[in-house]
Amino acid sequence: MSNYNFAYLDEQTKRMIRRAILKGLAVPGYQVPFASREMPMPYGWGTGGVQVSAATLTPEDTLKVIDQGADDTTNAVSIRKFFERTAGVETTEETEQASVIQTRHRIPEAKLREDQILVYQVPIPEPLRFLEPRETETRKMHSLEEYGLMHVKLYEDISQHGAIATSYAYPVKVEDRYVMDPSPIPKFDNPKMEMAAIQLFGAGREQRIYAVPPYTKVVSLDFEDYPFEATKAEHACDLCGAEDSYLDEVIVDDAGNRMFVCSDTDYCRSRRGAGHVGRLAQEEVA
Amino acid sequence: MTQTQSISFAGGFYDAPVAASHAFRAAMTAMARPGDIKVIEGAQPPKGLSVAAGSLLLTLCDPETAIFLASDVDSPELRGWLTFHTGAPFAPAEKADFAIGGWEALTPLDQFKIGTAEYPDRSATLVVEMPELSNAGPILSGPGIKETARLSLPSLTEFQGNAQLFPLGLDFFFTSGSQVAALPRSTSVMAED
Repeated sequence: MSNYNFAYLDEQTKRMIRRAILKGLAVPGYQVPFASREMPMPYGWGTGGVQVSAATLTPEDTLKVIDQGADDTTNAVSIRKFFERTAGVETTEETEQASVIQTRHRIPEAKLREDQILVYQVPIPEPLRFLEPRETETRKMHSLEEYGLMHVKLYEDISQHGAIATSYAYPVKVEDRYVMDPSPIPKFDNPKMEMAAIQLFGAGREQRIYAVPPYTKVVSLDFEDYPFEATKAEHACDLCGAEDSYLDEVIVDDAGNRMFVCSDTDYCRSRRGAGHVGRLAQEEVA
Repeated sequence: MTQTQSISFAGGFYDAPVAASHAFRAAMTAMARPGDIKVIEGAQPPKGLSVAAGSLLLTLCDPETAIFLASDVDSPELRGWLTFHTGAPFAPAEKADFAIGGWEALTPLDQFKIGTAEYPDRSATLVVEMPELSNAGPILSGPGIKETARLSLPSLTEFQGNAQLFPLGLDFFFTSGSQVAALPRSTSVMAED
């Protein structure tokens, strides 16, 4: 650890990121440009989230890193090790114990507290990007609060599929002003964004930071006759039996059999630890 | 002259990466939760500036940020101290990224940058030195506040006018001793009943 500056980044870079975070908090949902640095990992592996975490961490923090809800996937393990080595912080897999949680594409099932900070890794921060490729235009659209195009996109979903088919990175409006990309979390997680913790978003390749302060109004876009629905697979977790958590579908053999398991590994483990048993776990016991 | 210089060199962060991380956590929590009063310390600025304001400036300012010193805090000692520890250039109010001073000396607020429609982040952050901070007085509501909060603001109408500019506008830190609180432009301010 002594060979690195605390949390890897140099101090001037951290100051630049910190100023962007403060402006992001002051204008919730607005994407603040920042001079993203090259990190010792490829774009798409959380370089934005890592930079935001590095500028946010203190030596006393306990860090948790999740990738699609799991603590034990390559991305999560390597980022956790990166900060163990460069910042010397404690790490944990338990949501309860963590003070800073860096996440890729999920919000933990456990309710987050006021003293926690959630850092999202964001691939494409601009919710309008796939509708309008020019940054000059999307910036103008945000400044004029011109979000008609987004509603047309959702309407086309309904006319083609009979329902709003967008199931992840579902656009939200923050505090009645900015339309924001919540990062590719499943829309099941959207209602959780009105939370007690501070939410910070970092997009490394796209060089944007944005934020949602605690208790900020976050509304998923919808229509009166097609209201927003937070959907999940219509099953219970096959390991812990949870019916309220977001599930991953796993193909388990060549015959096409499948199982559904909690995407949040810590939530699933703690439920099993408390004695909850799902459909397939029962067979194991028997 | 020699003595002035030696004062300038002292009073920086002892262990800059760690001290700045603690100071930033306090500043960020304050900005994310308007009305919350946090402790921020680590710097020992020259006489005339609070520990909180000094720590805030060392955490956030560097050669990329222009600082405006209001007349009540401006002094050769402070300029020397900030230049040595941050390298930040000094600028008139209309060009400043950060402004520091007492409330009277910082007003009128319309001399500061409020950002542009496409880049509302290009606005000034004001660090207002206060005699004291307490959770009393005007009622705050908005992002970061569960229901309402209270903060001893130095004024009412200026902050209401600033909130009207949203998403443009100024963001404020209030400092006293080693305490810091914040008021972003997103907060609406009401008189106490």
